[in-house]
Amino acid sequence: MNANGSAPVLSLKGVSKSFGPVQALSDVDFDVHSGEVVALVGDNGAGKSTLVKTIAGIHSPDSGTISFEGQDVHITNPADAVDLGIATVYQDLALCDNLDVVENLFLGREERSGGPVGVVAPLDEVGMEKQTGELLENLAVTITDVRAEVGTMSGGQRQQVAIARSLLGEPKLVMLDEPTAALGVRQTAQVLALVKRLRERGYGVVVISHNLADVFEVADRIYVLRLGREAGDFKAGEASQEEVVGAITGAGASGNGGGKR
Amino acid sequence: MSTADATVDEDVEVRGPQMDVLRRFIAGDLAELRVLLALALIWIVFYIAEPRFMSSVNLSNLVLQMTAVGLVSIGIVHVLLLGEIDLSVGAVSGLCASIMAVLSVKHGWSPYLAIAAAVAAGAAIGLFQGSVFTRFAVPSFVVTLAGLLAWPGAQLKVLGETGTINLNDPKILGLTGTFYSDTVGWIMAFVAIAAYAAITLRSRQSRASQGLSTPPFGLVVGRIVLVAVATLIAVWVLNDDRGVPLAALILVGFCLMFFYMTTRTTFGRHIFAVGGNAEAARRAGINVNRVRVIVFVLASTMAAIGGIMAASRLLAVNQSSGAGDFLLLAIAGPVIAGTSLFGGRGSVWHALLGALVITSISNGMDLLALDTSVKFIVTGAVLLLAVVIDAIARRQRQAAGRV
Repeated sequence: MNANGSAPVLSLKGVSKSFGPVQALSDVDFDVHSGEVVALVGDNGAGKSTLVKTIAGIHSPDSGTISFEGQDVHITNPADAVDLGIATVYQDLALCDNLDVVENLFLGREERSGGPVGVVAPLDEVGMEKQTGELLENLAVTITDVRAEVGTMSGGQRQQVAIARSLLGEPKLVMLDEPTAALGVRQTAQVLALVKRLRERGYGVVVISHNLADVFEVADRIYVLRLGREAGDFKAGEASQEEVVGAITGAGASGNGGGKR
Repeated sequence: MSTADATVDEDVEVRGPQMDVLRRFIAGDLAELRVLLALALIWIVFYIAEPRFMSSVNLSNLVLQMTAVGLVSIGIVHVLLLGEIDLSVGAVSGLCASIMAVLSVKHGWSPYLAIAAAVAAGAAIGLFQGSVFTRFAVPSFVVTLAGLLAWPGAQLKVLGETGTINLNDPKILGLTGTFYSDTVGWIMAFVAIAAYAAITLRSRQSRASQGLSTPPFGLVVGRIVLVAVATLIAVWVLNDDRGVPLAALILVGFCLMFFYMTTRTTFGRHIFAVGGNAEAARRAGINVNRVRVIVFVLASTMAAIGGIMAASRLLAVNQSSGAGDFLLLAIAGPVIAGTSLFGGRGSVWHALLGALVITSISNGMDLLALDTSVKFIVTGAVLLLAVVIDAIARRQRQAAGRV
């Protein structure tokens, strides 16, 4: 399944957002298709995080429309976004270090086995552990012991756990904020491989990254923000690193779809 | 490999599942094993100094002495799991015991109603303190410090001019004065062992049937044997004196109940999550403040129950009930046994184990007729030692996990 021809799962039209005198986003159009990895790049303060937080329901846009799966939607809080099927993995991952992988994955949506009703019903540990194993295997994530505390794991494994957790809600769109920041070479490769598997499974994926090498390895499309405006929308196979850097810094020519200044 | 290194390139994939089970056994259970060894050492030292320490009479007394502080510690464990502190539990135990005594002795209430009123008063205090703590984001340390100062005042008011109230209701005195016959004691022991074995083996069976990793069978059997031997020895010693006391059953019963709650229910899972990373818990959709308020209600309720047991054992309530070192011993116990002061790590059983250690030290020094000054210094030193050992162990665990 690929982006070409199909309707986008997420589509933003003319979205603007300001914080007081600061114009964080100006008239941004942004599409993501199912089975597509869109890299969101730009310098610090370019509006990447604001854009992601707007989609995730943390900020409401001042103007413009957001449509999800063809329907116009109003995302006013994070729960709205989650209910629509938008999962976001922030840089701080929000994992509990003292809990194991299973406990973290099912945190806030624990499953109970039968027996006594209500709050005294025992947790279905066996069932949750089994599902965890299946999910991780499905994603080809190698974690030997799903009962090991997350705090004892490497940064790459923690990132993979956080991504796996975001998939439990069966989202359509997954947004990853700097998933490879502060990771070593091998762990970065593992996380990027996981991002590719998300694409294979038909998720729409948005990746914020500073690392252009990672971006070129994993992205189908590279969307550049500069000073809150779209500064380029490149097909990954057709753009050179210089062009993208030029769009980020504003030094060179803009990309094929961009240049709305 | 240095522990300061936050990101490490190598992953932990090389370990086999067997290794992981072994590692978890060491990391998880060795802390308790360490405390058990320390307890054995304490007992040996006191036995050498005064052989009467290991007599069945004294060990029975030990069990009765630890009940009140152990019950209060159960509530404290939950507060510590959140990474909070409750300094008011001693004062709350004294106030609630006073309420029960006044209602029972002066107003002639039935013992059940008097006890229920005292427990309800404890719950209400916890609800108040927990609500102030969460609503106004005041540190729990300060809220409960205010309670530590204020509730003894309320206790003086409740007790009135007499100051001391001698309990006379047989039901209330029976809480710590009831002992079961040898036969009943043995039956309870065997039922408990059989239940433990059945639950442990069934849990292993259900994991195996779903194709999940299981602990080695030998380890499981070893644990069952260990629990069985410990239970049988305890009942044998208690039967040699007056029999299994009701107080011990109350303490163990509450431990079992809260152990189930913390480890097997959604709410217990949420306590650990809030203590480990409150922001992550909030983002996972957990009502963090609700969890906190309920835990403070639990702590004050357990404080009330502990106060009632202490009053029953002393046969009276007075102006200094719940005062003195009662509060600090109730907090020190779980910490000595390995519950972290920083939240997210601990077990309800640490309340029982910690109370056993603390009470053993205090009981032994009483037998040796040591001065109160020495008692305080030794208890403080033991607490400090335990916390330092825990800090070192935690650092080692982190280092081991990262490499």
